[in-house]
Amino acid sequence: MTDVVTAPAAEVTVAHGRGELPPWRLLLRRPTFIVGAAILLLWVVCAVFGHAIAPQDPLAQQLLATNKAPSAAHWFGTDQIGRDVFSRVIVGARSILLIAFFATLLGTVAGTALGLAMGYLGGAIDIVGGRIVEAVLALPLVIVAFMFVVAIGSSPLTIIIVIGLVFTPLIARTVRSAVLVERQQDYLASARLVGEKRAYIMFVEVLPNVLPVVLVEFTVRLGYAIFTIASLSFLGFGVQPPTPDWGADIGANYGVLPAGYWWMTLFPALAIASLVIAINLVTDSIEQVLAS
Amino acid sequence: MTATEAAAADSLGELTPMLEVEHLEVTHRVRGHDRRALRDVSFQIGRRESYGLVGESGSGKSTVALALTRYLPRNGRVTGGRISISGQDPLAMDGAALRELRARTVSMVYQEPGKALNPSIRVGRQVAEVYEVAGLDGSVAQDKAEAMLRTVQISDPGRVMGLYPHQISGGMAQRVVIAMALAAEPSLLILDEPTTALDATVEAEVLDLVAALRQDFATSVLFISHNLAVIAKMCDRVGVLYAGELLEEGPAQQLFEEPRHPYTVGLLRCIPRRGQRKDAGRLDTIPGFLPSPGHTLPGCVFAPRCPIAEQRCREAPPPAFPVGPARTSRCYLHDATADLPRNTPVDVQLPSSRDATETVVTLRDVSKTFTHGGESVRALVGVNLSLERGETLGLVGESGSGKTTLARALLGLIAPDDGSDVELEIVFQNPDSALNRRHTVRRLISRPLAKLAGLSGARLRERLADLIRSVRLEERHLSLHPSQLSGGLKQRVAIARAFAGGPRIVVCDEPTSALDVSVQAAILNLLADLQSKEQVTYLFISHDLGVVRYLSDRIAVLYLGKVMELGPAENVFAAPHHPYTEALLSAVPSIDGQRADRIRLHGEIPSAANPPSGCVFHTRCPRRLSSGICETTEPPLEEVAPGHLMSCHIPIDQLTIVQRTEQDGD
Repeated sequence: MTDVVTAPAAEVTVAHGRGELPPWRLLLRRPTFIVGAAILLLWVVCAVFGHAIAPQDPLAQQLLATNKAPSAAHWFGTDQIGRDVFSRVIVGARSILLIAFFATLLGTVAGTALGLAMGYLGGAIDIVGGRIVEAVLALPLVIVAFMFVVAIGSSPLTIIIVIGLVFTPLIARTVRSAVLVERQQDYLASARLVGEKRAYIMFVEVLPNVLPVVLVEFTVRLGYAIFTIASLSFLGFGVQPPTPDWGADIGANYGVLPAGYWWMTLFPALAIASLVIAINLVTDSIEQVLAS
Repeated sequence: MTATEAAAADSLGELTPMLEVEHLEVTHRVRGHDRRALRDVSFQIGRRESYGLVGESGSGKSTVALALTRYLPRNGRVTGGRISISGQDPLAMDGAALRELRARTVSMVYQEPGKALNPSIRVGRQVAEVYEVAGLDGSVAQDKAEAMLRTVQISDPGRVMGLYPHQISGGMAQRVVIAMALAAEPSLLILDEPTTALDATVEAEVLDLVAALRQDFATSVLFISHNLAVIAKMCDRVGVLYAGELLEEGPAQQLFEEPRHPYTVGLLRCIPRRGQRKDAGRLDTIPGFLPSPGHTLPGCVFAPRCPIAEQRCREAPPPAFPVGPARTSRCYLHDATADLPRNTPVDVQLPSSRDATETVVTLRDVSKTFTHGGESVRALVGVNLSLERGETLGLVGESGSGKTTLARALLGLIAPDDGSDVELEIVFQNPDSALNRRHTVRRLISRPLAKLAGLSGARLRERLADLIRSVRLEERHLSLHPSQLSGGLKQRVAIARAFAGGPRIVVCDEPTSALDVSVQAAILNLLADLQSKEQVTYLFISHDLGVVRYLSDRIAVLYLGKVMELGPAENVFAAPHHPYTEALLSAVPSIDGQRADRIRLHGEIPSAANPPSGCVFHTRCPRRLSSGICETTEPPLEEVAPGHLMSCHIPIDQLTIVQRTEQDGD
């Protein structure tokens, strides 16, 4: 053991010799990510500082200026009771983003834990979990959410819990299949040999390796959550008036579309669309970077 | 090609070589940077000649094959040089001509037969399709396909035609792929690692088949492999590729007997040959690494790792010096290669005396039965073994013989039906799978130190430093993740982890088979050194008999979960040995020429769900007794010499006589 068998110093040169960039650097090189992230960031800023940014009070009714088309004074026009649509769109970002974020977070955390358990432990938990996933998959998300909100009564917390619970088995299913791939790996056999406990193996050994999958699931589900929340609001079961809310504003104003008052529907609708598209662009970029 | 064949070819007017490659340069564009994959590669393949390209991973072997058929990936292109296949230039072809070339002139056989066949189409259909493309009618094509399957020695081709690829074994699938390649009657057959995924016994059969068919079909062959012995067996001439350059070229036998490039010399010294054993000294190694792709070395690509490199080697690339009839070497110092200095000192003080034996574990009548699809599969049947302190027990046998099950039963990862259960560690085949890629090296090694050795704080750090020093890693490797390390370094981390708990037994499950030859030697040296220092016992599994022989003190030969032969390594490798051992040994191609007398195993290992009666090996045994006792009675495992056990009905004296021709061993 005294002689140096190989020259270790020379062996190191290969380490990352391929000039590989860390994943976040690769993301920043993608135009789709830049565009998506910029739009998303814009809405986040609106959600956080909405009242400061909005040129007018989103709740103030200007009864002398109802149904005004977009102009220099009201960029997005005014609604049927004379509120500034531009200000309502900006301030409206808060409720939808907050609810969607927490609902998705809840679903991701719970779904990841369930998926880890189903995939790693297998057995009864996998069988029962699998049936629940199939049952949830058979039901349209909006209808389930609608049922719960009608039964329990609407509040942001209810919506967060309902959407989170519906997401849980869906995310669990994806995480489970990623865990099954990891289960084939020898490092788990090594960990068992060292005497690691099951919880340690699941959360310290396996979880970091399925995190990319979890991240993609989170962004995908975030898009769905926004759509669901907007739909519930549109149907009148989301955020209650007069709080500015994109879905609710569309619901309140689409009736006057035939009268030619298109702006009060179009701008909140564009807001929803841009947010969902931005999230999808970010998701796609993350997926592509992780796959490369 | 022999001289008479060459003369015959000339008289037929076939003077143009089948394949001419001149100054070929291939570049891959990766993230906006051009990376040269091949530089100035020139070689020729004559009509009916078999040419071997040998090289380690990253040498560009497969890139050559892809460039020839213009199958380079989207980001790869030929940036210089010329290719001529039978006088045609594939680089200048349009789509239709290229399809024609691929359909009629060049055929390829890849490493993974399972991936080369469409899983949802029956075998017969896939072979017949080649004939239909050539313009034959459906029924004629079917008949031709069946005849071709018979040509590749598939017994009962009619039945095989109706099967799906997943229903046939790997060896059979590779025969089907070869049948498809030959069905087009190509003038050039490219075989890219065609037997690497197969067992040695199956590999031997497939190689025999390719050699025979080459004669019958009069095709030229480009044979690509990392395995020098396979190349030595199959090829007339050989080119040695390294970092995208052809460093040396010449007739196979001459090149391997008297290499004229330091890289070839080094490569050959890395391989345990001619019965070399660990107590006879360390293997030589090639320190350092393949230059990274896209390197800009101004001189010889091998100079950074070459023990005799001079200033001029680093300044300008050496030209291809003629070093004998039909031989070239791209080395300024090609005259100095015969006595190239060693990179690794040979001196070792391995304790060859294990006289004071101490048994660390005894397996008594260990069996393991799996239930698979309602059938019970007997993976291990009544295995009796004992492991002594500081020894290496080599475990050999084909896939499905129970090697890994035995190792895992020992590890207690699979609960044995009966038998003992000890604390021990394992080094897996594939470090990518064995090391958690999200953890740092520090964490990977510290965790077992904390859990198994119960260390913490300063004492843990001290022991960690000791460990990484003894596997020849460095302090700065500790903060890296496995993906930032090369294959050899990863395996060192895995070995350090295995030794962290101070185990008495380490199971080495094919620890070097995922590594290149030059890296393998360093790992084998390391394992031998650690063993002599720590007096640890190895259970060493490998399909490479040369490697097993190098490291093992005793060897157990397994077949269908039973021990066929068990004894000191030298006794097992030298006649008399069990007919199964004999067959395994004769299946292995050797760089140093072939044995005169070889026996072949036909077919594949029978299903363990339905093992043969009597001696489990009788269905494939080339030395089966005519009395019928082999079919009916199971031979006991008996001592035929001190410490040498064998399970065979043939009396040992008789085995000695029939196997005498191979007495010399290797």
